[in-house]
Amino acid sequence: MTGTDERPLVRIRGLRKAFGTHLVLDGIDLDVREGEVTVLLGPSGSGKSTLLRCVNHLEKPDAGFVEIGGELVGYRHDGDRLHELRTRAITRQRAHVGMVFQQFNLFPHLSVLDNITEAPAAVRGVPRRQAAERARELLARVGLAGREDSYPRQLSGGQQQRVAIARALAMEPRLLLFDEPTSALDPELVGEVLAVMQDLALSGMTMIVVTHEIGFARKVADTVVFLDGGKIIESGAPADVLAAPRHERARSFLSAVL
Amino acid sequence: MPQHDSPAAATAAPGHPPPARPEPDGSAPGPRPLDIRATDQELLAARLVPLRRPGQWISAAVLLVLFAMLVHTVVTNPRFQWHVVGHYFLRASILHGLELTLWLTGAVMASGYLLGIGVAAMRLSRNPVLRSLSFGYVWLVRSVPPLVQLLFWYELASLYPRLSVGVPFGPEFAGVRTAHLFSGILAAYVGLTLDVAALSAEIVRGGILSVDPGQREAARALGLSEGRIFRRIVLPQAMPAIIPSSGNLLIGMLKATSIVSVIAVQDLLYSSQLIYNQNFLIMPLLLVATLWYVILTTLLSIGQFYVERFYARGSDRGAGKPPRGFWQVTRSNIPLFGPARSAAVGL
Repeated sequence: MTGTDERPLVRIRGLRKAFGTHLVLDGIDLDVREGEVTVLLGPSGSGKSTLLRCVNHLEKPDAGFVEIGGELVGYRHDGDRLHELRTRAITRQRAHVGMVFQQFNLFPHLSVLDNITEAPAAVRGVPRRQAAERARELLARVGLAGREDSYPRQLSGGQQQRVAIARALAMEPRLLLFDEPTSALDPELVGEVLAVMQDLALSGMTMIVVTHEIGFARKVADTVVFLDGGKIIESGAPADVLAAPRHERARSFLSAVL
Repeated sequence: MPQHDSPAAATAAPGHPPPARPEPDGSAPGPRPLDIRATDQELLAARLVPLRRPGQWISAAVLLVLFAMLVHTVVTNPRFQWHVVGHYFLRASILHGLELTLWLTGAVMASGYLLGIGVAAMRLSRNPVLRSLSFGYVWLVRSVPPLVQLLFWYELASLYPRLSVGVPFGPEFAGVRTAHLFSGILAAYVGLTLDVAALSAEIVRGGILSVDPGQREAARALGLSEGRIFRRIVLPQAMPAIIPSSGNLLIGMLKATSIVSVIAVQDLLYSSQLIYNQNFLIMPLLLVATLWYVILTTLLSIGQFYVERFYARGSDRGAGKPPRGFWQVTRSNIPLFGPARSAAVGL
């Protein structure tokens, strides 16, 4: 049903990014089709998180570009130049891309309900009551019905991360980015978050996921991308990449995490 | 477990009993010989006696006596002239001074904080010129005593006899003679405002830096505007770090306004001085001013308590636990007022 469009939802071409003298991304080309789940694997420091953060311009690339739905992210093309957009325009673009962080980053001074309704109400101008109704639906969807009046610190890590997913969904994004969503969780809480993510994938959400959960990649991913040293060294269906990696670096990494 | 006599008996048993039974190691001659150990039953039946701390009792008694002496002398020494204090406490001139102290404090804090937030924002900006200017400003103002600043602004006319508005290095549109502009009260307002701006800039900057950068990032990823992120996400979380120091600054400034008396601004202190310069009732009138300062700072402290509690929302893990009330906290700070249930916090 989905993913039949010729043009992918996300197109990344020639992306480069250096922090000081350290080259973090060294010419990344990547396509993500609508409705597909792409899992980014790789050792820490391989550039996975930076790549993800470039997709919604939380990180400014040094070269190359990211396109979402045919629209350049963070820049305006004019003749032979790319002009950086004003903050307001970038903010408008980000509203279509949800992001879930390793440390959840819920707003601790706001209740769960306010965490979820803040952006739809402030950015989209959805009336508070309507936003609250939608928030309750989303909470039920991530298995947290009735927790809307709690504050983030009263919830477990797994519950907080599910609220963070609901918060991202409330903006009805075209694309969801997950930056190691289960790495800060106790092992027993990982499953509940992965279950919600799998559920989202089945519902046709386009997702880019940085994770070390190989099992999730095998079960849910349409494409697995393996990064090392800022380059994509392997990419393909999980059955191929995970079962029979061609690259030595990928083999040693997979044997270490499996 | 070995019974009462087993280890001692084992060592003493073989043959030669020592003639005078010397104490082992020669130390700790107990009331009982060592080999007659208490039975478990005896130990279990014994009453526990906590360590006596006579020093605590003695120091408490000494301090209470000293305190009683202080109260006694304050009440009975006729030279305090409490009836004079009562007589002047609500005098119109004192109340006018009080009014000036209050609104000067309010105005100085309000404009000082507006300026201070700007100075803090400059310090946190990416622009190196703004950052340096902000740093230089805070450095300069913090290096000069407020009293010196105050005198400086008061005497500004000798430096710049005329102030004017116009094009920089070009024609001027309007001007005014500085001596006319800078009355004592304006000098006080400007001097103290600049002081508060420098101090509050540091407080605000510290508060903003205390907020996890992930918060800003998450808000950006949601598409919130920068202004909204600052007002709704960053500032409320910076408040718990900002409020206590700001409360101290406010209370400090309420008292610091008394330095305006040196440039003849009729605040609370100067109003009292004007009266005692005529009738020489120095102590009673200083007490009038003191009592008013104490009352005001007490009220401000109570207000600070409630503001701090308001901004502590969401910081408590215990769901539904009612927040501690004002009297509970007071009692735990001053246990003499009644039994305290937990450790002292706040105020």
